[in-house]
Formats: sequence, C-alpha cells, structure tokens
Amino acid sequence: MRKSLTCTVCPLSCDVVLEIGENNEILSLTGNKCARGKVYATKEHTAPERTLTTTVKTKGGSLPLLPVRSDQPIPKPMLKKAMEATADLVVDAPVKMGDIVIENFLDLGVNLVASRDLDRAH
Amino acid sequence: MKRSDVDVAVIGGGPAGLAAALAARNEGASKVLIIERNHELGGILQQCIHHGFGLHRFKAELTGPEYAQRFINLVKETDIEVLLETMVLEVRDDRTIYAVNSTDGMLEIGAKAVVLAMGCRERTRGALRIPGKRPAGIFSAGTAQRYLNIDGYIPGKKAVILGSGDIGLIMARRLALEGAQVEAVVEILPYAAGLARNVVQCLEDFDIPLILQSTVVQIHGDDRLEAVTIAKVDENWKPIPGTEQKIECDTLLLSVGLIPENELSREAGVALDPITNGPKVDDTLMTSVPGVFACGNVLHVHDLVDNVSKEAERAGAFAGRYALQQQADAARRVKVEAGENIRYVVPHEISLDKPVEFFMRVQRPEQNVVLDLGGLRTVKKPSVRPSEMLNITLTEEMLSKLEGDTLTVRIVPQKEDGVDA
Repeated sequence: MRKSLTCTVCPLSCDVVLEIGENNEILSLTGNKCARGKVYATKEHTAPERTLTTTVKTKGGSLPLLPVRSDQPIPKPMLKKAMEATADLVVDAPVKMGDIVIENFLDLGVNLVASRDLDRAH
Repeated sequence: MKRSDVDVAVIGGGPAGLAAALAARNEGASKVLIIERNHELGGILQQCIHHGFGLHRFKAELTGPEYAQRFINLVKETDIEVLLETMVLEVRDDRTIYAVNSTDGMLEIGAKAVVLAMGCRERTRGALRIPGKRPAGIFSAGTAQRYLNIDGYIPGKKAVILGSGDIGLIMARRLALEGAQVEAVVEILPYAAGLARNVVQCLEDFDIPLILQSTVVQIHGDDRLEAVTIAKVDENWKPIPGTEQKIECDTLLLSVGLIPENELSREAGVALDPITNGPKVDDTLMTSVPGVFACGNVLHVHDLVDNVSKEAERAGAFAGRYALQQQADAARRVKVEAGENIRYVVPHEISLDKPVEFFMRVQRPEQNVVLDLGGLRTVKKPSVRPSEMLNITLTEEMLSKLEGDTLTVRIVPQKEDGVDA
C-alpha cells in the first residue's frame, strides 16, 4: 500500500511517499530531502503524536478560562479522550505558568500544565 | 488634566510593545511607559492558546500565553511603568500623547521618544463585499478565537471557514476539538495560505476538507446564518457561473487578512507605505516623524512572533538612544526598493553606518531562487512563499560597497552552475 505524507519539519514541506507492507511495516520511504524528513515520516506512520492545547474552567480567577497544554506530545488517537477529560475540569485561582493541572494525564506519562499566570478576581 | 513626562512611551502592550519597552530600558532610558488598552499585557498572544511560538527565540515550542508570560515577567522585574485599560486618543508630532482611562480621566504625556506598537486588526466581511443577508453567525476568525479561548463561548455548531491563513486553520482545529463540525475551509488561492504544518495538524488530522480556488458568493439566513454558497473562481478571482455549491452551516469565520492599525500614526503625520499599510521607516525603525518609532504588526504584518520581538528590540533600543540624544544623524541615506517578485521590504531607507536587518515578503511562490540584496549579498532559497517572511542582515562591510542611492532587493532564478550563496 502506498501512503503519502506532508513533512512538517521545515517550510519546504516535502511530500514523502511511503510504501507500506502487509504488516504495516515501511518497505520504502521517498520524497524527503533530508534525514529529519525520514524520522518525521517514520514516526508519523508508526506512532503520530500531537501536543494538546485547550482551556479549562477557573474558580475565583480574574478570567473564566485558563489555557493549558500537555508538557509533552501525546498519541494522536488520544486527542479526543483528552478533550473529554478536560471538559469538566475546574482549576482554582491563583495559578502560575507551569503549574501542574493534572499529573500523569490519562496515564500517558505527561502532565497537563498551565500556560499562563492567573490572578484571583478582585 | 494630569501631565507627566517620560523618556520613552510605548503604545501597545503586546509582544512588540513588551520587547520594545525592555530594550529601551536596557539602553538606559530611565522612564519607560507602556500604554495598553486591554486589562492586561500580552496582546493577541493571550488568545492564541495553541503552541508553536518561540522556536527561534527560546528554542522551544511555546503557546501564545507562555510566550507572552515570559516577556511580562521580564517587564515586572523592571521599573517600567504600565498603564492598563488606557486608550491613547492622539499622538502629536511633538510626541505629546493624549490618553484616557477611568481612574485618571484625561492624561497628557510628554515623551522624548514614542514607539508605535499597536498591532493590527482583521479584515471584515465589508472589505470582501460578500453579497447576501446579514444574519448573526458571521465572525472574523480572531473574534471567534477570543469568544472560545478567553470568554468560553463556542460561536456555533457547524462552521465554514473562509481563508486558509494560519488563523483560519488554527480555528478549524480549535472548533473541531471543542465538538463543532467544520464543513470546509475555503481558499481563493490555488494553494493553502498557511503553514504546511497547520494544514496537516489542523485540517488533515480532523478530516476537514480544504477547497481551493473558491470563495463564498452568497450568504443565506435571516436571524441566524443557515448556509453559504461557494463557487470556483477563475484566475482573476471571479466566480465561475455553474460551479456553485451550497453548504449548510450556522457559522462563517473569516480569516482573510490583517491590516496594521495606524489611525494614531496617520493623525501624527507619519508617512505610510501603501503596500504594508504601515509606517515608512529607516534602519533605526524611526518613522517620518522624528522620535516616533514603529515595530511589530503595526509596521507590517509578521509571520512569526519571534520576528516581532527581534524587530521591536531594535526599535526600542533606538528609541532609547534617541531619548538620551545619543543617536547621530547619518551622513548618507539610501532608498530601499522592492524589485522582481518582492512585495515589500522594511526598512524603506537606510544609512550605511550600521548593520541592517531587512524583512521582506515575496509576491508569489517560487522554487530554486536566489534572494539578491543589491548585489551586496545573495542567498539561495529552495522555496519562497508569500506567507513566509524573509529576513536577511547586511553587515556594515557589505553596505560599504554600495554605490548609488538605491538598494534594490529582488528574487532571481538560480543558475545551473550555481550562484554564490
């Protein structure tokens, strides 16, 4: 099976073509103009990852929402579950940038952290 | 009316204003003031909760709020004064500023140097002249981003996005993540206007179709948007009859360009460039009004905030020097011109006594080209795109070789035998 990907490592945006075998193994990888493209396309085929950025509700804060992020990328198929897991979350103000909102988020070995400081409402 | 005097007044507390104020203070200007109309510093970064900021500056992929927080923390460590919820009404050409807030009323601020850092705003439906009714549900992409990320309201359940610039793509993903259905992103150009990375991570990841060479030709609905009609366009961007397609939606987001916000500059008598819609500046980023400097998106719309910070630091430092009267007049000045496939170049005029960093954009995508700065420096580029800003520095030594009174920047094809890079 043939699969094509756009490399997102740099603005060149190479179209990388992968030839995939019966056991989902990569038989060949062409179209990338550098080694980083090969690493990207291999990872993107075998275990694509994305950083989650979203917001959570706040209590007593100067703003109704706090922007949060995963401190490491998480597996792409987990994005939906991650959004559901943050939907009803409420964080108490004050918060400092980098504060952990959820430790070991969804048992993925990453933390959900605050993207900014948030003062108490005055 | 309360009167105060400062060395450097910075108008706008977004990424440009923050970096400019810090640089002016570091340069030795002792009284530096930031005037911001919002209730907090950080500007538009506060609503850009996605990551990808700061790769050049911090060698890390930060979110917008994280990038802003780093600069806000630096400002907090200094004695830079910040006026929040304060609206500047007028900047005079003698650098007197009139502003207003609900605590002090009217303010008169005398500044030895002024840095314009007001940023830009979005083009609206009116600018596109989309025909049809005027129901609720039509937003500029940035407004929808604010509703969603700051205020916590989802603008609709079923959306079409016009324009594939990065803001449009980012909003497509954001809406999809929050459970809205994104029917399509519609782009008038034959290629996506935003970064390839955003096409992959914001559209392909969520199976959102990108419809190229098309535009919205009709708006349907009375109280609330019910549908839009899109159509293919020809090479002159004219809709082609018979190619119409109706898409049901309750929300239309417009991501169709940004315009530098120069009302204050214009009133102060600052000369503007009709291409960038920003001030004309020299290599110290000073405008045509002495002592008034400009940086960030008010000067020209940037692709990366990292470039905004860098440019703003330069403007802030020169503003600081101007305030301290340490800036000597240049002996010789040279005009900078946009040549083949260059849409614009900033700065517009240079002296030859210090290194200059040039920022420019091309008119159309091209591959395997050479960027030629007046024959003083040539740089090979495998590909250039209008959405990606180019920046190149010329050293004093390179500039010393310039003859004549014009420096022309152009894109030329790469020769087979190779041009020196």
